[in-house]
Amino acid sequence: MINKIISSVEAAIAGIPSGATILVSGFGEAGSPVELLHALVDLGPTDLTLISNNTGSGQVGLAALIANHQVRKVICSFPKTSNSVVFPELYRSGKIELELVPQGTLAERIRCGGAGIPAFYTPASAGTPLEEGKETRILDGRTHVLEYAIRADYALVKCRKADRYGNLVYNKTARNFGPVMCTAASTTIVQASEIAEAGTLDPESIVTPGIFVSRVVEVRNPLDESILVAENKSYPWQK
Amino acid sequence: MAEVTIKGWDTATMAAMAASDIPDGSYVNLGIGIPELVASHVPEGRELIYHTENGLLGMGPSPAEGEEDHELINAGKKYVTAIPGASYFHHADSFAMIRGGHIDYCILGAFQVSGNGDLANWSTGEKGAIPAVGGAMDLVAGVKNVFVIMHHCTKTGEPKIVENCTYPLTGKNVVKRIYTNYAIIDVEVNGLYVKELAPGVTFEYLQENTGARLLRK
Repeated sequence: MINKIISSVEAAIAGIPSGATILVSGFGEAGSPVELLHALVDLGPTDLTLISNNTGSGQVGLAALIANHQVRKVICSFPKTSNSVVFPELYRSGKIELELVPQGTLAERIRCGGAGIPAFYTPASAGTPLEEGKETRILDGRTHVLEYAIRADYALVKCRKADRYGNLVYNKTARNFGPVMCTAASTTIVQASEIAEAGTLDPESIVTPGIFVSRVVEVRNPLDESILVAENKSYPWQK
Repeated sequence: MAEVTIKGWDTATMAAMAASDIPDGSYVNLGIGIPELVASHVPEGRELIYHTENGLLGMGPSPAEGEEDHELINAGKKYVTAIPGASYFHHADSFAMIRGGHIDYCILGAFQVSGNGDLANWSTGEKGAIPAVGGAMDLVAGVKNVFVIMHHCTKTGEPKIVENCTYPLTGKNVVKRIYTNYAIIDVEVNGLYVKELAPGVTFEYLQENTGARLLRK
């Protein structure tokens, strides 16, 4: 019998070693797997490479992992938001590496990683500093830039509903990078706000088919990053 | 440098003017900053579908206080609403819409625009500055009509429309039209044409506050 459901966030992320490359879903707070990230802070692997659109807000979630000096490098499109304090400070002092990627190129690199396409040409970034050092080719009369696929050891993804097969349904703009990230990791770990009885999710409405998912953990009423930031919370929680 | 004393249009007026120039039935991507305000404006008798790169087609205005949904946000991470007929999708699909030429217009903010339509809006290139490109390079590569909406000058009064961008480029020769608090300016093959001036702004005043040569329509 297939049962991908794991009983706790600690068990779900068990085994993530130092040096791992990890895809993390979310666009700002929407879709960020805050509980999985906090469990990763507790587990403590270091020298991680994170691939995520942003670098987190305040001192929680993604930002807490970076603040805890567990991250060597981030690959992202938009490393600052109005509430991001941790990454900018480490970046300015040269303590963290940044690979800046146009957002559509980031999504496509991950999509290709999951789809077995090793590289592709895109017109995005042609003629800009982000083209430098990359192969280019004129196609259809325009300069295109060669970009390589991204695959990772792990993906940490948040969704609204999952079943024991790992079929996933998302919520509104919290879907964002989740579906492509699920396809591009050796081990995909998902936190779902609700576990559905197998067979009750409408097959026409499933966004991520379970074949792309390794482990599912239920996190009911997940934390809202913006509320934590507004309350000036920091993880690990201050006693 | 002339002292900046004229306010010109406010940002809501700029946003409404940009929306009023977009034809019925268009799909329109809205960027971060002043472009976000455009979502509150759909001209009477038209249907415009606003796209936000983080996975929503059919973006509506900001929600009423207390109605905010933490999982329903725009590219600037601000709370928005979804109109009836809206759809959600993942990032690879969202950028297929953008790069694949399916989006008719995009409205972006800018640090600088040059006389030939080069756009710089992701990095000031200064030491210690955090570069943040987001979806801007994909948008200018894939959307035919790129509009910029921005203040005419920086907070310190420097022109943002310049002969050549000094900040790192987002794309070359991509901007079609610029909406500022002082004027609406079309970027055409032979130069920048002033289409409309804000109340109290003369052509001469506009030229004094612009780093590239302007032409009259």
